[in-house]
Amino acid sequence: MKKNRAATDDPPLLRILLCGIAFVFIGLFLVLPLLVVFSEALAAGLGPVWAAVTDSDTLAAIRLSLLAAAIAVPLNTVFGIAASWAIVKFDFPGKAFLVTLIDLPFSVSPVVAGLIYVLVFGRQGWFGSWLTDHDIHILFALPGIVLATIFVTFPFVARELIPLMSDQGREEEEAALSLGASGFATFWRVTLPNIKWGLLYGILLCNARALGEFGAVSVVSGHIRGQTNTMPLHVELLYNNYDYVGAFSVAALLALLALLTLALKSFLEWRYADELAAVHRH
Amino acid sequence: MTAATIFSRSTRSRVPGFGLSLGFTLFYLTGIVLVPLLALVLRPFSLHLDDFWIAISAPRVLAALRLSFGTALAAAVIDTLFGFIVAWVLVRYRFPGKRLMDALIDLPFALPTAVAGIALSTLYAPTGWVGSVLAQHGIKVAYTPWGVLVAMIFIGLPFTVRTLQPVLQDMGRDLEEAAATLGATRPQAILRVVVPMMLPALLTGAALAFARGVGEYGSIIFIAGNLPMKSEIAPLLIVTKLEQFDYAGAASIGVVMLAASFVLLLALNGLQVWAGKRR
Repeated sequence: MKKNRAATDDPPLLRILLCGIAFVFIGLFLVLPLLVVFSEALAAGLGPVWAAVTDSDTLAAIRLSLLAAAIAVPLNTVFGIAASWAIVKFDFPGKAFLVTLIDLPFSVSPVVAGLIYVLVFGRQGWFGSWLTDHDIHILFALPGIVLATIFVTFPFVARELIPLMSDQGREEEEAALSLGASGFATFWRVTLPNIKWGLLYGILLCNARALGEFGAVSVVSGHIRGQTNTMPLHVELLYNNYDYVGAFSVAALLALLALLTLALKSFLEWRYADELAAVHRH
Repeated sequence: MTAATIFSRSTRSRVPGFGLSLGFTLFYLTGIVLVPLLALVLRPFSLHLDDFWIAISAPRVLAALRLSFGTALAAAVIDTLFGFIVAWVLVRYRFPGKRLMDALIDLPFALPTAVAGIALSTLYAPTGWVGSVLAQHGIKVAYTPWGVLVAMIFIGLPFTVRTLQPVLQDMGRDLEEAAATLGATRPQAILRVVVPMMLPALLTGAALAFARGVGEYGSIIFIAGNLPMKSEIAPLLIVTKLEQFDYAGAASIGVVMLAASFVLLLALNGLQVWAGKRR
């Protein structure tokens, strides 16, 4: 009797076919690109990789990327908490529109994100001549890179926290307040423990994008080797100079970071599924 | 604070911090996102509008826009088709390596686009692992418009899979069962019952992949070859014009792309409302 299969199970042939298509597609488009990064980096052994990674320009790029992320991620985290607090705990007109606006940076091209800061701070921009007169450097310097990074990572924390806090409601906070807790104590003792894994999840994604952003930062950075080149920009510079081992060595470093992010993300989704909005949506 | 005090009267919430949290939210949003975007939107009006039209209708600009939008549409369709299969396999079947495959789907989110760009370019170059096989059959991918398509498929895939997966997960099997008892074959049940039910999610995933593809820069420029009129995408043309200090030209293309983002955002909101009504 082969008719034990439930009516909603796929026949074995279809199963094998669909699995095969999925495996080939994922292999071709996701696994091979990842493998090629490490294979190209290690093409001449570990020595050149180490030399490329510890090169002074590479180290400067790593420092700049870490610095930009260290400024952008905490700012966007504070924003994410403030925005979700305002949106979830209170009713006010225009709330849905505000949520849409917060999501806006995700649908804007990274290059356009860079462009808007050039139009504000560039030489022909709104504040261009004023900035030149006062010798303040925003474009082609750290502030511009940080601004572009903030823009492209803007919604990450907020869009994780808003649905999570909406699910949790306001009752616990209202109970704490009616028992005499201060507003700050309520947030610290009641809200934060409830959202900590969701918050960490949002920060994780925000940080990965902050360290890896290319398009927006490329427009505002000025590409000064050893000074305003972030890690992804340094990869481009090495690659365009035909230093493939160097480019793929720095790329491998970024790929390892991406894999670590994916591993942590999967762990959070598996271990704390009930405390993440992203998994609720899944 | 005046706006906040007006609002707080209409709120019944007894939780404190409304003025502070909304005030900071609006201040930060305005300063980082809205004012700079306004600088772009107002730019064509600060020139003559005729100049805007001349900049936009230049053949090189039109070719770049056509390539970006056309290829992104093709990539979105391909991602939706294969994304549906991948999501189906991940939700309905059990097989070894499933968790790994599930985690890998998000690789294009996590991998910096420049890394993806040089990896895809090396892979599909005539000397690369995939490119050399294709070259034997006379197919060139890297440094042609096909390279743009490959990069856009890569970058858009997680959007379709991650949109379809939860919907498939939540969808009960009773309608499929009903279809089977009424004599539908399995492919018929999938195509006639499952796919129509998934329509909002399929369109949402496609729209997200399309939006990402249109704006994508880092993963494309390495593999595209960037020949004007042939394989030059619109975001790259913005960068090129900026490097030539042609702010007006760059802003003109930027405005068109921003308008497309707004339209897509509105369409996505509409899709969400539609999906909500269907539940």
